[in-house]
Amino acid sequence: MELAVDIDKNQVADYYRQMLMIRRFEEAAGRLYLQGLVRGFLHLYIGEEAVAVGAIPVLDVQDYVITHYRDHGHALARGVDPKAVMAELCGKATGTSGGKGGSMHIFDVDRHFMGGHAIVGGQLPIATGLALSIKQRGGDGAVMCFFGDGAVNEGEFHESLNLASLWKLPVIFFLENNLYGMGSHVDKTHAAGRDIYASAEYYKIPAVQIDGMDLLAVHEASAEALKKVRSGDGPVFLEAMTYRFRGHSMADPVAYRETSEVEEWRVNDPIERFKSFSLAEGLMSEDELAQIDREVIETIEEVVEFAKNSPEPELDSLWDNVYA
Amino acid sequence: MQRDERVFILGEDVGARGGVFLATDGFLEEFGEERVIDTPLAEASIAAVAIGAAIHGMRPIAEIEFADFIWPTINQIVGEAAKVRYGTNGQLHVPMVLRAPQGGGVRGALYHSQSVEAFFAHTPGLKVVNPATPYDAKGLLKSAIRDEDPVIFLEHKRTYRLVRGEVPDEEYTIPLSSADVKLEGEDLSVITYGLMVHHCLEAAQTLADEGVSVEVVDLRTLRPLDSETILESVRKTGKALIVHEDSKAGGIGGEVASIIGEEAFEYLDGPVTRLAGPEVPAMPFSPAMEAMYMLDADKIADAMRKLAAY
Repeated sequence: MELAVDIDKNQVADYYRQMLMIRRFEEAAGRLYLQGLVRGFLHLYIGEEAVAVGAIPVLDVQDYVITHYRDHGHALARGVDPKAVMAELCGKATGTSGGKGGSMHIFDVDRHFMGGHAIVGGQLPIATGLALSIKQRGGDGAVMCFFGDGAVNEGEFHESLNLASLWKLPVIFFLENNLYGMGSHVDKTHAAGRDIYASAEYYKIPAVQIDGMDLLAVHEASAEALKKVRSGDGPVFLEAMTYRFRGHSMADPVAYRETSEVEEWRVNDPIERFKSFSLAEGLMSEDELAQIDREVIETIEEVVEFAKNSPEPELDSLWDNVYA
Repeated sequence: MQRDERVFILGEDVGARGGVFLATDGFLEEFGEERVIDTPLAEASIAAVAIGAAIHGMRPIAEIEFADFIWPTINQIVGEAAKVRYGTNGQLHVPMVLRAPQGGGVRGALYHSQSVEAFFAHTPGLKVVNPATPYDAKGLLKSAIRDEDPVIFLEHKRTYRLVRGEVPDEEYTIPLSSADVKLEGEDLSVITYGLMVHHCLEAAQTLADEGVSVEVVDLRTLRPLDSETILESVRKTGKALIVHEDSKAGGIGGEVASIIGEEAFEYLDGPVTRLAGPEVPAMPFSPAMEAMYMLDADKIADAMRKLAAY
């Protein structure tokens, strides 16, 4: 792996810590689900950490992140308090939406984290509207909009690419192609095959496909995309090839893919890969890595305790924020 | 738009064309392309772009050229806009208006005649407005634009030409969720909205000549309903006729009838009656059949007589 971007030792440690935080957070969420403390539908980001951590930290405070329902990783990478996220997963009063949203609907407006959207593809035109408003108000912010390979078959995907390009809006359309829309392989759902990024070129949007298991590749492409978007020339499209090691949700028995395929991708585990790279390049020592591992585990323990010990929402809050 | 820079319009043909019914004629010249945005034919995204801008602090007015083309917006309006304030626990809200001309009687056939209000009025988190007069349209539209949450603003396209009325130049607003007694009467309450208000007023005139005093209540807002004004009228007259152009089953009339049944049962002196569009899938093109589909003053007067006889 080449060191294509300027990256210092502190950044390396921070990226490693952030990816590991997401991994351990998701593992803890999975455990809470099995204990019945997280109910409903839980979609884990395990395997895809390099995308969120490679991409989101390149943004500044004035920029926005908007994403799909597999949103915990993006929220954490944007700096949303992991305690509030885990509490939201548990439906607690201390959660990001007071327990009303749950796993798929994490919002933190102060951090310009505009959700968690469970209608597949629904967030794309909303991101387009956000970007339109930024442009109308003369701001220099950008919108980073994540979606999966399932969303690209929705009409709103094409409408959004067209509008954003037509109006030269500051949006980074960020496709996380993990090859599966729930249980359907992208080869069976998308006529143009795996190179979905090519469809953006039809709308005159510069598009790049990147290795989503390689944090540095994601980081470099994202930084470049942000620079382009800020210049006022309109949107950029990034397609990160990635893979979820777990099922679509905790309820998914994963009958549609071979274990050997998962194993092949696991060799590319983004955290292990980044760790090996850091060691080989002398950017971190075994001791430093072990120290981070310990700290992350401690943090996650606190996060879980916080969520467990948080109060249930007041039942009367059912009626809060009702107007019609 | 002169008053608030955050207000802008987007939709198909709203700019250079001035709107298919010229509702935005001259706006492009006055406010420019930044605030009067011609969009491609992409209704779902017209609604969603408005949502995105609204959560960023703007006050978008999204226009759907005909209400018949509003269905692709359901995913965004019902799925997203209605739920944003609630689902984010008040972190965000969606101050947008979705305007659309609707209704029949214009030879529009299947896809230029539909009434769509009941689909939206079913949804908690949306406000639904349907004005009947130019005066009300101005006051209600201003309130809708200034409202902090999503408003579906439906205008009967037949009223654009059929109805003329005074509209003062000065600033005024009409609160949402306020029904208006368009005609006071003693013997019978007619509860209606939109184009039908005018047919009901005409029918009430006929009944007045026959010695029956009819009160006409214009709902103006279909969600949330102004139950107080409905109940006050029915408690006074003891008889309620609900009239709408939209088909009957699952329509606004059923909701109004239930409110009356639940809250004013002991005041009733006759069956709560609905007169509504027929249960057929669409407006037929044939002018003769369209006339049969549409309610008019004669049909309404007949229903009034029948109920008055109790």
